[in-house]
Amino acid sequence: MKKNSLVGAFKELLGAENVMESETDRMNYAYDAAVLAPVLPGLVVRPRKTEDISGILRLCNENGIPVTVRGAGTNLSGGTIPSMGGLVMLTNGLQRIIEINEADMYAIVEPGVITAQLATEVAGKGLFYPPDPGSQAVSTIGGNVAENAGGLRGLKYGVTKDYVMGMEFYDAGGTLVRAGSKTVKCVSGFNLAGLMTASEGCFGVYSQLTLKLVPPPAAAKSMMAIYDSVDKAAETVAAIIAAKIIPCTLEFMDNFTIRTVEDFAKAGLPTDAKALLLIEVDGHPAQVAEEADQVETICRANGATRIQVAQTAEEKNKVWEARRAALSSLAKLRPTTVLEDATVPRSRIPDMVRGLDAIAERHKLTIGTFGHAGDGNLHPTILCDKRDREEWHRVEKGIEEIFELALGMGGTLSGEHGIGLAKAGFMEKEVGRGSMEFSRKIKRAVDPKNILNPGKIIGG
Amino acid sequence: MGDLKRLHSLLKEIDDMLASCMRCGMCQSVCPVFGQTLNEGDVARGKIALLDGLSQQLISDAQGVQCKLENCLLCGSCSANCPSGVKATDIFLKARAALTEYNGLSAVKKAIFRGTLTHPGLFNRLIDVGARFQGLMTRKANAYHGTSCAPMLSSILGNRHIVPLADRAFRKTHPFLDTPAGSSGLKVAFYPGCLVDKMYTGIGDAVIKVLRHHGVGIYLPENQGCCGMPSLASGDTKSFEKLVSHNLETFSGSHFDVLVTPCATCTATLKKVWPMMAENLGMKDQARIEAFSRKVMDINQFLVDKVGVRPKDALGDTAVTFHDPCHLGKSLGVFSQPRALIQASGKYRIKEMKDANTCCGSGGSFNLQHYETSTEIGQKKRNNIVATEAPIVATGCPACMMQITDMLSSKGDNVRVKHSIELYAEGL
Ligand SMILES: Cc1cc2nc3c(=O)[nH]c(=O)nc-3n(C[C@H](O)[C@H](O)[C@H](O)COP(=O)(O)OP(=O)(O)OC[C@H]3O[C@@H](n4cnc5c(N)ncnc54)[C@H](O)[C@@H]3O)c2cc1C
Ligand code: SF4
Ligand code: SF4
Repeated sequence: MKKNSLVGAFKELLGAENVMESETDRMNYAYDAAVLAPVLPGLVVRPRKTEDISGILRLCNENGIPVTVRGAGTNLSGGTIPSMGGLVMLTNGLQRIIEINEADMYAIVEPGVITAQLATEVAGKGLFYPPDPGSQAVSTIGGNVAENAGGLRGLKYGVTKDYVMGMEFYDAGGTLVRAGSKTVKCVSGFNLAGLMTASEGCFGVYSQLTLKLVPPPAAAKSMMAIYDSVDKAAETVAAIIAAKIIPCTLEFMDNFTIRTVEDFAKAGLPTDAKALLLIEVDGHPAQVAEEADQVETICRANGATRIQVAQTAEEKNKVWEARRAALSSLAKLRPTTVLEDATVPRSRIPDMVRGLDAIAERHKLTIGTFGHAGDGNLHPTILCDKRDREEWHRVEKGIEEIFELALGMGGTLSGEHGIGLAKAGFMEKEVGRGSMEFSRKIKRAVDPKNILNPGKIIGG
Repeated sequence: MGDLKRLHSLLKEIDDMLASCMRCGMCQSVCPVFGQTLNEGDVARGKIALLDGLSQQLISDAQGVQCKLENCLLCGSCSANCPSGVKATDIFLKARAALTEYNGLSAVKKAIFRGTLTHPGLFNRLIDVGARFQGLMTRKANAYHGTSCAPMLSSILGNRHIVPLADRAFRKTHPFLDTPAGSSGLKVAFYPGCLVDKMYTGIGDAVIKVLRHHGVGIYLPENQGCCGMPSLASGDTKSFEKLVSHNLETFSGSHFDVLVTPCATCTATLKKVWPMMAENLGMKDQARIEAFSRKVMDINQFLVDKVGVRPKDALGDTAVTFHDPCHLGKSLGVFSQPRALIQASGKYRIKEMKDANTCCGSGGSFNLQHYETSTEIGQKKRNNIVATEAPIVATGCPACMMQITDMLSSKGDNVRVKHSIELYAEGL
């Protein structure tokens, strides 16, 4: 974006302080949390009011400038790596919580609101916003909706899309579009809010989101079940679901992860365990008590060698601290951390874990696996050093095989982290030719100049 | 401008440290500067990405990068919370040194660091002169806090409410001490640090009183120099290294078990930064620094962990809220000891404020260069302090005390700012 007059136009629109053009400023928005090479944008702008989005898009569309919207830049798929010379639009100047409606249980927010802040505000009013990605302390609602982020509570409470009731967004030409509504039921027109969810900035830019809130559970109980085989842990998962119990959280950790967490966090984990499950049930106190008992019985029946039920808030916290420490402990081992999120039907978890072990061995890779056993969403985490070319080559082979493995089991490339640039090349394998063509047709129709986050999801 | 090749090779030396950042962005949630500006260049991830970009020659603006690096309190919040264990502040100090070597040190800083700070004798005399004439330069700002403004220096100081220099420096009232271990069986070396020596002499008096009370022998050598942090923060390794050898020499005169300081920044510098930066020095110096740094301890920690001071069973009536200095809490993991010490006085009880361990916005010279951001961060701290309704706020670092006093004084809040050791000493 060399043309000075254009930079001038952005400055006029937004004020000079909201337009960044220095090399260092641009370098700061050339990357995200994905392990991919940075790409320097030509300009970085920060709208301070949602209407500004319209003007920015109009200028970009008229001049054919690619636009990448950026929340906190925590996505793990390169979704916010801009096009060379393109424009990055920051949403963190749009952080207003417009309304928390207690009577009708919804919240209306601007896209740059931090997930954890919204959850805290909502909790302060006695309500509950369940989606809790591991990045919630910094991730934005806009980013969550655009990636359809999930979290530890996904099994019972669903993911971000289950909370999007409506939204306002600007299309490629800068025209405001309204979708969905504040009512629980709404079937007027196409489900545009549904289409826009998980669109990773390729169809339009959210300016306002209406999110469903729910009553918080009155009670919760957590436990840790320890196993001497992955199969037994996986069978437990299937048995719990088969008993028609849906825990709010059902997490898995493999032996490598257990040992690493113990090394760093000293959480008191059994380092000889082959696998462990972290389980929480919540709801009405009586139901929680009953379900916790049932879960405990099922764990034992399926071969848990030990079960620790948290009796106090402190013990409960300890259970979750161990889980929270998983990624950070693994990340400390080697310079580069590649966090994948291939997902399989939950009955295939033992096969998946065995397959991952085989891949690790075949390519001489270090892989720790943990994740959301309850929904089959595992996080095989490859620890390596990207600067070692030979090793990185093996990592790339390994990643490819992880995708193939998951797809072969009827799984998916991404349970929650999105496709972005990182997995765009694998998409057709999962969804097929027809789906890709249909998606490209929609993209061409809503964004004829292909300015909205080009290259993401569907390539090109 | 220096040699670009040399800059790249200096940056390559920290390549391993840079590589450990996984760009997760989690540091955004704790960085006080990012909290104000919301600019990626102000958070650890952004700064590390810039250094990486510079070292890989993806960008060329070394001055721009230095500018971003300077917009940082070196508070260590990012390092303390990084899931990947990235030692961000270590990276920043090393990178500031490399960039200063390349971009050069400004004339003003050269004059301050190389001309005065590295010559403790001269520096002390200058400050003594300053103390005598400060009345001419300043006018009273807030009688409660005893602070002043300096209209003649407003170009440097803005309208800060500054704590006056002491009439008589600490080293003048306590020129030299070398007493044997008493009932405690322990002997310490005492490093007051510049701010205690020249401004907060009461803290120094309190330390001496407390050590004597507990039968601890004291070695207080003359001619102590600055810990070197201000020079290092400006990337001036030459001055830093000079001060390190000066101080090593100064403290080599007597045997002691522990070296105590009442300044969190000095403690963290002597204990952690000296060995970290010693890599460039010879093996002999490295070993000396290692041995010296191992002995360094914060005064609160020393009294609680080594001397065994315990809170009284019945706590006092007066509420005190405690601010955790970044260099004490986040860097050294000292949280409980100052609170225990305050409650050991018999007069006080701790009343926690919200976010006690977030930065007060001082950040040494950051405060001079970025007063506006510093004040915005400081006002949050002030609000949390005032909300406790405690009549006293205590902390463990004179630099934090200056900043907090400025914040309270300019809002006209009648809350006393004290060092924990002063509160404990009162009760003896
Ligand atoms: C440590 C760590 C843990 C994580 N844990 C989880 C987890 O448990 N579950 C999970 O699902 N993900 C997780 N993630 C991935 C990531 O945090 C989520 O995808 C999150 O939703 C991204 O939010 P963001 O604000 O950072 O968005 P960004 O990364 O900034 O953007 C993501 C995408 O959204 C688009 N976008 C952003 N704002 C808008 C807008 N206003 N309009 C249109 N498009 C927009 C961007 O263009 C981009 O394509 C984790 C990441 C990290 C680093
Ligand atoms: S410094 Fe740490 S917290 Fe910040 S982005 Fe890097 S790895 Fe994440
Ligand atoms: S040291 Fe403090 S101010 Fe500097 S980047 Fe880290 S958290 Fe931010």
